[in-house]
Amino acid sequence: MSTALLIEQLLNGLQLGVMLFLMAAGLTLIFGVMGLINLAHGSFYMIGAFACATVAAATGSFWTGLVASLIAAAAAGAIVEMAVIRRLYERDHLDQVLATFALILIFSEGTRWLFGSFPLYLDIPPLLHGAVPLPGGGQYQLYRLAIIGVGIVVAVGLYLLISRTRLGMRIRAGESDREMIAALGVDISTLYTVVFALGAALAGLAGALVGALQSVQVGMGEPVLILAFVVIVIGGIGSIKGALFGAVLVGVVDTLGRLLLPQALTLMLPPSQAALIGGALASMLIYIVMALILAFRPSGLFAAQS
Amino acid sequence: MAEPVLEIRDLKKSFGALKATDGVSLHLASGEIHALIGPNGAGKSTLIHQISGSLTPDSGKIRFLGQDIAGLDMAARARLGLARSFQTSSLAQEFSALRNVMLAVQARQGTSLRFFRPVMRDRSLTEPAMAMLERVGLAGRAHVPAAELSHGERRQLEIATALALGPKAFLLDEPMAGMGPEGAKNLTGFLDTLRQEAPILLVEHDMDAVFALADRVSVLVYGRIIATGDVDEIRNDPEVRRAYLGEPA
Amino acid sequence: MRKVVTREAIANGSLALLLLAVPFAAIAMDEPFYVTLATRIAILALAAVGLNIALGLGGLVSFGHAAFFGLGGYAAGILATHAFNAEPLLLGIPATTSMPVIWLVALVVCGLVALPIGAVSLRTSGVYFIMITLAFAQMIYYFAISWPAYGGQDGLSIYVRNSFPGVNTALPLPLFLICYGLLLLGLVLFWTLRNSRFGAALQAARQNPTRLAAVGIAPFNIRLTAFTVSAMITGLAGALFADLNRFTSPSMLSWHMSGELIVLIILGGRGRLFGPVAGAMLFVLFEFALGGITERWQLFLGLILLGVVLFARGGLMGFIAGRERHG
Repeated sequence: MSTALLIEQLLNGLQLGVMLFLMAAGLTLIFGVMGLINLAHGSFYMIGAFACATVAAATGSFWTGLVASLIAAAAAGAIVEMAVIRRLYERDHLDQVLATFALILIFSEGTRWLFGSFPLYLDIPPLLHGAVPLPGGGQYQLYRLAIIGVGIVVAVGLYLLISRTRLGMRIRAGESDREMIAALGVDISTLYTVVFALGAALAGLAGALVGALQSVQVGMGEPVLILAFVVIVIGGIGSIKGALFGAVLVGVVDTLGRLLLPQALTLMLPPSQAALIGGALASMLIYIVMALILAFRPSGLFAAQS
Repeated sequence: MAEPVLEIRDLKKSFGALKATDGVSLHLASGEIHALIGPNGAGKSTLIHQISGSLTPDSGKIRFLGQDIAGLDMAARARLGLARSFQTSSLAQEFSALRNVMLAVQARQGTSLRFFRPVMRDRSLTEPAMAMLERVGLAGRAHVPAAELSHGERRQLEIATALALGPKAFLLDEPMAGMGPEGAKNLTGFLDTLRQEAPILLVEHDMDAVFALADRVSVLVYGRIIATGDVDEIRNDPEVRRAYLGEPA
Repeated sequence: MRKVVTREAIANGSLALLLLAVPFAAIAMDEPFYVTLATRIAILALAAVGLNIALGLGGLVSFGHAAFFGLGGYAAGILATHAFNAEPLLLGIPATTSMPVIWLVALVVCGLVALPIGAVSLRTSGVYFIMITLAFAQMIYYFAISWPAYGGQDGLSIYVRNSFPGVNTALPLPLFLICYGLLLLGLVLFWTLRNSRFGAALQAARQNPTRLAAVGIAPFNIRLTAFTVSAMITGLAGALFADLNRFTSPSMLSWHMSGELIVLIILGGRGRLFGPVAGAMLFVLFEFALGGITERWQLFLGLILLGVVLFARGGLMGFIAGRERHG
């Protein structure tokens, strides 16, 4: 195995991690501030991808599509928050799970109704065509590098938002003490709507970016959602830092596991069996990592104190 | 002197910079009521939590019946005979008063992994539980769900549940809180007889009750015990008067 | 104690009789499809009865019970396939097409898988528990997909329905009666557990775990036992489901399935003895009635579910039998 392949897969893992971070950041923020578990977060990912693909097809511009995906996902998030989600904050987690599960059914079938069952396609913008040479030979897709870049920008942006701005101060206050924030005279229902829409927009952005790598179809958000759950469970629910760390860990472990496990097993087993068992093990690897982490840190690596 | 039932030595617990328990030592001898008083935020509940096992101390020793219990969880300590009541009632809210006490009876028998016999037809559970409710004067409310009991009745039920465990020591965290004067008076009389059954470590704000009941009083301020003694000694201790009763020296 | 026949008892009896009557009426009217529909209800209800032990009694929101439903299904599928091809299993153990043996295997396998999953998951609580059970189920789902020996993504067909001594399982009515009988057994077990000492401790663990620990019962052991028993019953239902469809696939393991099992309970009424039965009836009825009108029936299911969660928290049993009573 060459260094180039390893670097390429490492970058792929990083890119997957960045996607997961965009999803997980919203989930963890919504949980941290509002105490809500949102299964329908994958629907915003899907909405972002569909909005981007539709608008890009109509206007011919990926970038317009990208803006549309942010707007569409944020708007969907705000509407859903006001219509349904805000009735759930005081409910137990079971009710939250069920109501947001219902939302998935509604969003998925609704999208299928509007767009049909066939996948849409979204092209990589011309600006980001091409590849960059890697050290050790080989090339890497520029678009995937750009996604990694976007992830870093969002991570820094979120950090600045939360640590430096008025909104961020309110979010932090909301996490630690709901009554106090009401006492400060902040309109808490508006804050919740804004936080939910922000989380939805991040998911929509992730969906739009990934839409150009895969096909855009109903149900695309669900596998990502479950991985994002693994990420925030590992990182500690409510912690953005944990989400970032967990996302990169899951992305890299999953990608490298699929590459390295079958190869490692060839040392012990005949190649056909090694590929089989290695493949099956690799598909389970991140869940095993999660179980191991939880066995030692039941509330995740960066759990908030409480 | 015989070995105390419960002995705490140099217990420490910090939350960040706050020393909630700062080297506390105290003991509970058989047959006594030892009251723990102190202003709000002195660390009384934190101390009770560490003794009952819902909080882990940073350092120090807790011995119960001659055994080091620091490594045991709450359930294991309860099985040894350390019964506790909570500051805010902590009952199974949907269960009736009777079923709450029956749970303690079954716990005492160590029979929670029995899957078949219906509990309501099991007289080895219902009869002792009913007897406990009668002792605390709650028999008439046996079939009322805990959630529908009055505040005072819930405190009585907490005590009945603790009694049903057949404990070797009671930890009672503000049992009088929220009770009317009549209820507090009745409960005081009841606790007075209870000390014969097992010694009581009593955290209480109601000074009338403390002074009426306590054999010894310890005063906790800022995580430290500033004085221990009988009621008269505590009443006349200048440091206590200054720190706790807010009088000038 | 009280010998009054409650409204709930009447409702329960009516539901049980109704479900029993449907297939006989269907046979009389020569509409065997409705027998299959009733069998589907009985099996889904049994799966949900299993989940109801963990979720309804213990308050353990397992979002991963599809793992056990699917494992039960694969137990039936794998044993039947080996027997069909006359290939022994590992270590030369012969495969079988006998339903009782298959059920036993499904029960044991699900119990053995549920123990470690429960032991890790129950170290956590609340949202963590929900997400971790989901993740473990997903792990088994991906394993089934990536393991080609038993059909991978395509699933596994059972060419000849497994057998039960003295019964022709190829006919719809006998199969229904087998499933109905097991459902009744499951309900009796649920009822017995709920009223037992174990059930008292389990329900107390849901209402207030601190209370349980304060009387000296460790909630973990009680919960782990409940989780395991719950998984075994759901796994048994999975084995029946595979035999009904003569097919088992990763979709039985999918998280949609986990969600649907919870939905069944909530539609029917959480923690209620007949909640899963009422819920399964409603669910299959929706599926059938709405599915007949529109391909998009899941959209309407979503809307109905949302309505139930937001406005009708007692579910169907809460509606027809009133509030639940504890002794």
